[in-house]
Amino acid sequence: MITPVVQVEDFNLEYRLGKRWLNVLRDVSFAIMPDEIHGLVGESGSGKSTLALAIMNSFTPNARVAGGRVRFEGEDLLDRTPAEMRSIWGKRMSLVPQDALAALNPSHTVGDQIGEITRLHEGLSRRESLRRAEEMLRRVRISDPETVMRRYPHQLSGGMQQRVTIAMALSTSPRLLILDEPTTALDVTTQAVIVDLFRDLIHDTHAAALYVSHDLGLVAQLCDRVTVLYGGEVMACAPAADLYGRPLHPYTISLLASLPRRTEGAETRLPTIEGVAPALADRPAGCVFAARCPAALEQCRREKPPLEVIAGDRLIKCWRWREIASGALIIDTSPQQGAGDAPPRDGYVLTAQAMFKAFDPPTLVDRLLMTGRRPLRAVDDASLRVRARSTLGLVGESGSGKTTLARLIVGLETADAGALELLDMPLDLRLNRRPRSALRELQMVFQNPNDALNPYLSVGEQLGRAVRWLSDERLSRDTVRERVRALLSAVRLPETFAERYPVELSGGEKQRVAIARAFAADPALVVADEPTSALDVSVQSVILNLLKDLRALKGASYLLISHNLDAVAFLADWIVVMYLGEIVEQGSVAQVYSAPSHPYTEALISAIPVADPAAQRKHIRLEGELPSPRDLPTGCRFHTRCPRKIGAICEHDAPPIREAGDGHYIRCHIPIEDLTRLQVEDPAAHVSEAG
Amino acid sequence: MLRFLTRRLALLALTLFLTSILVFASTQILPGDVARLILGREAQDQALQDLREELGLNQPLPVQYTAWLTGFVSGDWGRAFTGGRPPIRPLVMERLGRSMQLALVTLILTVPLSVTLGVIAGLRENTWIDSVINILTLAVVGLPEFVTGLVLINVFALGLGWFPTGAALSSDAPLGEALRQMILPATAAGFVMMAYIVRMTRAGVIDEMKKTYVRTAILKGLSRRQVIVRHVLRNALLPTVTVIALSIGWLIGGLIVIENVFNYPGLGRLMTAAVEDKDIPLMQATVMVVVFFFALANLAADVVYALLNPRIRLE
Repeated sequence: MITPVVQVEDFNLEYRLGKRWLNVLRDVSFAIMPDEIHGLVGESGSGKSTLALAIMNSFTPNARVAGGRVRFEGEDLLDRTPAEMRSIWGKRMSLVPQDALAALNPSHTVGDQIGEITRLHEGLSRRESLRRAEEMLRRVRISDPETVMRRYPHQLSGGMQQRVTIAMALSTSPRLLILDEPTTALDVTTQAVIVDLFRDLIHDTHAAALYVSHDLGLVAQLCDRVTVLYGGEVMACAPAADLYGRPLHPYTISLLASLPRRTEGAETRLPTIEGVAPALADRPAGCVFAARCPAALEQCRREKPPLEVIAGDRLIKCWRWREIASGALIIDTSPQQGAGDAPPRDGYVLTAQAMFKAFDPPTLVDRLLMTGRRPLRAVDDASLRVRARSTLGLVGESGSGKTTLARLIVGLETADAGALELLDMPLDLRLNRRPRSALRELQMVFQNPNDALNPYLSVGEQLGRAVRWLSDERLSRDTVRERVRALLSAVRLPETFAERYPVELSGGEKQRVAIARAFAADPALVVADEPTSALDVSVQSVILNLLKDLRALKGASYLLISHNLDAVAFLADWIVVMYLGEIVEQGSVAQVYSAPSHPYTEALISAIPVADPAAQRKHIRLEGELPSPRDLPTGCRFHTRCPRKIGAICEHDAPPIREAGDGHYIRCHIPIEDLTRLQVEDPAAHVSEAG
Repeated sequence: MLRFLTRRLALLALTLFLTSILVFASTQILPGDVARLILGREAQDQALQDLREELGLNQPLPVQYTAWLTGFVSGDWGRAFTGGRPPIRPLVMERLGRSMQLALVTLILTVPLSVTLGVIAGLRENTWIDSVINILTLAVVGLPEFVTGLVLINVFALGLGWFPTGAALSSDAPLGEALRQMILPATAAGFVMMAYIVRMTRAGVIDEMKKTYVRTAILKGLSRRQVIVRHVLRNALLPTVTVIALSIGWLIGGLIVIENVFNYPGLGRLMTAAVEDKDIPLMQATVMVVVFFFALANLAADVVYALLNPRIRLE
């Protein structure tokens, strides 16, 4: 019998809130075996990070253990004092934290911070420890470790910072690595590279790992076993192939079904999980998922199901798993056809021509000192058109200029050059020169609904303001109230929400209010900047469906900005791909998603983790850093990272825009036929398959 | 960093220039005739006229201003009007030296103690030690300087006789004697500074202890002491260093009350004396020097902050 590296048994943890003790984690049990990468998935508030730190015997001051055990290599950890833990922390178990920049000390060099750990645990001298640190940086594939050693954390990119934290965590060859959402803050392309690195390093060192994430796709691609946490309880735990291939818990089944993806038919709706996760203070006596479960019975609401061991290596907490396993109970997960198609309309709602924006121009001081400081070219000669009643998806990594372009269109930033047309009328680049009718037709939904709503106004008041402000005539109180009611019902919130304040709403509800506000005056175009990326997985599909419904109902168009290509593929008809301020490809979703496509688009798509451990996606990784928009590469801007670079021409000449089909344009030196051949017929030439 | 320094130095020059206008203008508004002030009530009209001519008081104000400013910049600060009309520059420099000595002694007495208290209070947030430190430092800062000054004189000079009451000292007094004379005024000034430094340090420590990198350091297996000394203090003390650097300006030019209470011959007392005597050139010179040191302290605070903070230094 092999001893598990970590064994959690009936673990209970409570937080103090005022005078009450609330259950954060209830009866949690699972084990991590040697050499195993164990995924811990859950939405925000599920207690996943708390559990991860509890395994390290590290708690916040307001927490107390209310029963159960945590064993690490057979030793009971929970009765150890922090002083006793010091020989375990950093030596036998290490944490790779969520936000690498915050987790590193801003005033010490990277080398010092990595070296500190071997100085402490292996008694190395300063020189030796620094040599070891450099070696570790090389192992995490940092190309210039000598230089990086002397850098401070803020001087590195997000991906580099995360490599530094993993180098630090691995430098004592610990038995257990706890990775707490280490790639959540990174771009999808960087994430793909870092996750490959994690996989290799963990397997090389024979460490066990706990990988905490909200991303079912990522966990599917990386982990051997997966534990699903909901409302502080383990819902299911199984080998990854079983959990994804044959899910038995209604929560897992619904969650997997609700993941945004490309669907057939423009008006298809994703299956959703209704409602919100219970707050810490009012978790139910029965099954914690019952309130949102499509298969909940009376018994589920009354009584908590036990965590049962099935088939030797699966855990499940559901009264009805036997019916699900036998096929007697089928949870409907098929996408639904939505309300009828919007009537197609010709023409464009918005045309943006040759938009240009540079930030941070050199100042007088720069000119006097000749610092050679160049302006940051955020958007460079970008043109796009949004068709009536359709959705244009604008994608790219952070730093691609996609958000800036959207803000230029809405007028939140003023373009340095370019021309805009809204509904065939010229639109001034400056917001304060735009007539109210233009404001009415062009609205925006922001990424983070927490910041976008005024916390001091009730939902009704803020919607009412938008209604009044965007109207040309003076509206009576009753008319305003009536319109607010109609808006709330359009985003499927009950009327009573008009009285509530933002603090009383969940993230998804706030985003619905923000969407309602954008629709206050029947806009022609709504610019949505990452509208679902701040939301929990189970809520994203609800919001995406809602956006689709409103498009059909109100006949609006969307400009959807996102790094999440899956969400874009679900909602959008057209896609524009940006890289370093330039548009590198545009076309319909089908065109962009299949060959030929720009090598950058190809890499973006291949970097999205698929929520299926058996899936084989093209394995293209973008090495190297995104160049600074202050110091753009010559020739093709993508040549420094392009996996399909053909030669010197890419470095010296700006690539032509080639037409690859009806309305499909690619900015690349590679002729279209060659690109198709490379990407379809001969993918192995440059590209290895994942697996 | 070079960008930053150039910019700050240019700003410093601009500040000084604008102040010079202000200082010059405000001294013109003061009532009274300078010539009569110097020569006395009984002076003859002709004598007054000659003196005005000599001092350039008949010329238009912009001309007077330019003459004064060029003189000031080139080191010719003129003579005082009163007290036997000594040359101003050596006088101000001598007093400046005394003020700097006092500032130094104050910093040495105050800073280590205040920082230690602040760190203790921050690490023991909301415990009785924290409360005691808070109440004591706040009580001390709440007292006006002349009250603490008089109490100190009564107890330690008149009562216990440990220190002199502050009789003026010749400039060539031995170091020990000079120090003995500075202890009490430095203590009074230190009381004022202490509360700021303690509270700033405490807030810095509390802030930093909540940061994620502290958790990283703990989970590396470092001891609490190592976590605090190696990781927390370096960042927590940044704002404190700024406060200390800023206070230097005040210590050199702002100890007016304390210098008067202790009869200490620093810049502050020279400035009050100049105002009392309506000695305009002396007033102008001292105010400019004081402003210069305030501006310099400001610059020093920013530069020190930038130097200690790699996020700014390496921008």
